[in-house]
Amino acid sequence: MSEQTISVQPPRSFIMRNPSVLWFLLALSALTIGATIMSEAFGMDLISTSFIKTLGKTLCLCLIAIAMDLVWGYCGILSLGHFAFFGLGGYMIGMWLMYERTKDIVVSSLAGQALPPTPEEIADAIGTQIFGVVGGAEIPTIWYFADSLFAQLALVVVVPGLLALVFGWLAFRSRVTGVYLSILTQAMTLALALYLFQNDSGLRGNNGLSGLQNIPGLDDVPQSVVSIWFLWGSALMLGLGYVLATWVVSGKFGNIIRGIRDDEPRVRFLGYPVQVYKLFVFTLSAIIAAIAGALYYPQAGIINPAELAPIASIYLAVWVAIGGRGRLYGAVIGAALVSLLSTAFTGGQVPDIPLGIATLHWVDWWTVFLGFGFVLVTLYAPQGIGGLVDRLVRKGDDA
Amino acid sequence: MSALLEVDGVSVSFDGYKAINKLSFSVEEGELRAIIGPNGAGKTTFMDIVTGKTRPDRGKVEWGHPGRDLLVLSESEIARLGIGRKFQRPTVFETQTVLDNLIVALKKNRDPISSLFYKADKADLAKIEELAEEIGLKDHLGRLAGELSHGQKQWLEIGMLLAQDPRLLLVDEPAAGMTPSEREHTTDLLKRLAGKHAVVVVEHDMEFVRRLDCRVTVLHEGSVLAEGSLDFVTSNQEVIDVYLGR
Repeated sequence: MSEQTISVQPPRSFIMRNPSVLWFLLALSALTIGATIMSEAFGMDLISTSFIKTLGKTLCLCLIAIAMDLVWGYCGILSLGHFAFFGLGGYMIGMWLMYERTKDIVVSSLAGQALPPTPEEIADAIGTQIFGVVGGAEIPTIWYFADSLFAQLALVVVVPGLLALVFGWLAFRSRVTGVYLSILTQAMTLALALYLFQNDSGLRGNNGLSGLQNIPGLDDVPQSVVSIWFLWGSALMLGLGYVLATWVVSGKFGNIIRGIRDDEPRVRFLGYPVQVYKLFVFTLSAIIAAIAGALYYPQAGIINPAELAPIASIYLAVWVAIGGRGRLYGAVIGAALVSLLSTAFTGGQVPDIPLGIATLHWVDWWTVFLGFGFVLVTLYAPQGIGGLVDRLVRKGDDA
Repeated sequence: MSALLEVDGVSVSFDGYKAINKLSFSVEEGELRAIIGPNGAGKTTFMDIVTGKTRPDRGKVEWGHPGRDLLVLSESEIARLGIGRKFQRPTVFETQTVLDNLIVALKKNRDPISSLFYKADKADLAKIEELAEEIGLKDHLGRLAGELSHGQKQWLEIGMLLAQDPRLLLVDEPAAGMTPSEREHTTDLLKRLAGKHAVVVVEHDMEFVRRLDCRVTVLHEGSVLAEGSLDFVTSNQEVIDVYLGR
């Protein structure tokens, strides 16, 4: 900057201020288009459908990692319960998928009868089909909207959003912070998981919802094509989530929530209603997590209450810590890297290593290595992988 | 004339220890006031009560005309009424630039939606530039606040207070850890601010208070021991016994 220019300059455009958005969207598009061209459905058949699904699911995990980074990395709220929102999002869309799919099957099997089936007969048959496994035949009240895709999509946002709003309001109003808040969020996801495990929860207890990969009305479309659609859907939402999160953290709002993270009382004495800001960020991040979950479970095919177990949310924090919190791309890198490696090592894709007297079984030892990795990152690279990237970029600037 | 801030018969105790004991105190609009007293006299607790951080067991704290009860308001509501506070240790947002620190402090709507859509316009930037000039940080706006010297951080915090445009500034030991020339600059700044804003300075350093040249309140064991000009209070035998005599 020369002497003559005034020191206070008007802010530049969004992309200019956040070049990482452009790089991220380019990389994401390249990945999605590349994977599509190499897929079984559209071209070269180099990538299996199951790997396309793994990629799509990984993008959803990156999206919830962004949500986690928003709430933890930027606002300093270490939530260890975000998979509750992710899981609820999955359940909400799963209800529609399972209900409509079952209805299609029931209607076609009853079609052979002399008399056309009454709506009651259809409802009874659907109830028996879905809830027979938990000893019920009635369709519970919470499935009231299950025949409407639009309603269930709305519930994907509304149910986890309301949970976050009520939980956050109670916690932030009472100024619960730090480790106490983390424990409360763990308790929240554990309580929800335990409730869902019950057979009379209305969501099929420990069986969960299954067959979610079969999209109602799309019986003729092969899974190889559906998987590509979900890959694109996941990539789109991840891109949107990244842009939205960048926008939220890049302006004055971002500076305020970083201020809350670093020195909460100071922000309060500046006149900001800190609890409202926290509630806003927590709820927004819960909704992003829920959307990620709603895209994830149709690709996974099944959701059960174990998905909401406290350990899942702790892994999420580990991903973000390894990737580098307080940097959105760091969260994405961490989630993608660690979840893909976890899939590879625990899925038996990596050959075991014979060590003479014993054999290193990756399936057993991966978690141990991950734990060590987490400790090493915390000790020697507290800013995570993103911090290393930052250091390289800064060196480049100096040169 | 009724006061801007009226503290009346306030008491607070922590685990039986009376930090503030029937304290009464008032500040006029635009007044410059120094509060001195030995450690544990209740200076910081007094500020905590006025800014809403600590709730007293008894007493009244009223603001403006007609008197508004501050004891039912939260910290952020009190701050929005126009009471700004500077802490003893400089508390600025170290990972953000000087400019961003000032923008966050600037008097604007404090709700999340306004903050999300906020864009600094020409008037805001001009105001910040003027402020930065006043606190001597005009050439440092692009630097991270964490890189500033101790004295510069103190000024930045005063600048953030001014950006809030409060009617009353509560300043806790502004000269702590400053070099003599920085101290001089700080006294000048505080004296200039008085008049436009009421300023209450808590300070240990007698020389600093002398240079402020204003009314002085001496606190001891949670209540007011003496009040008046510095010469008046320093000639008070009780004050000499409990504070200056040591």
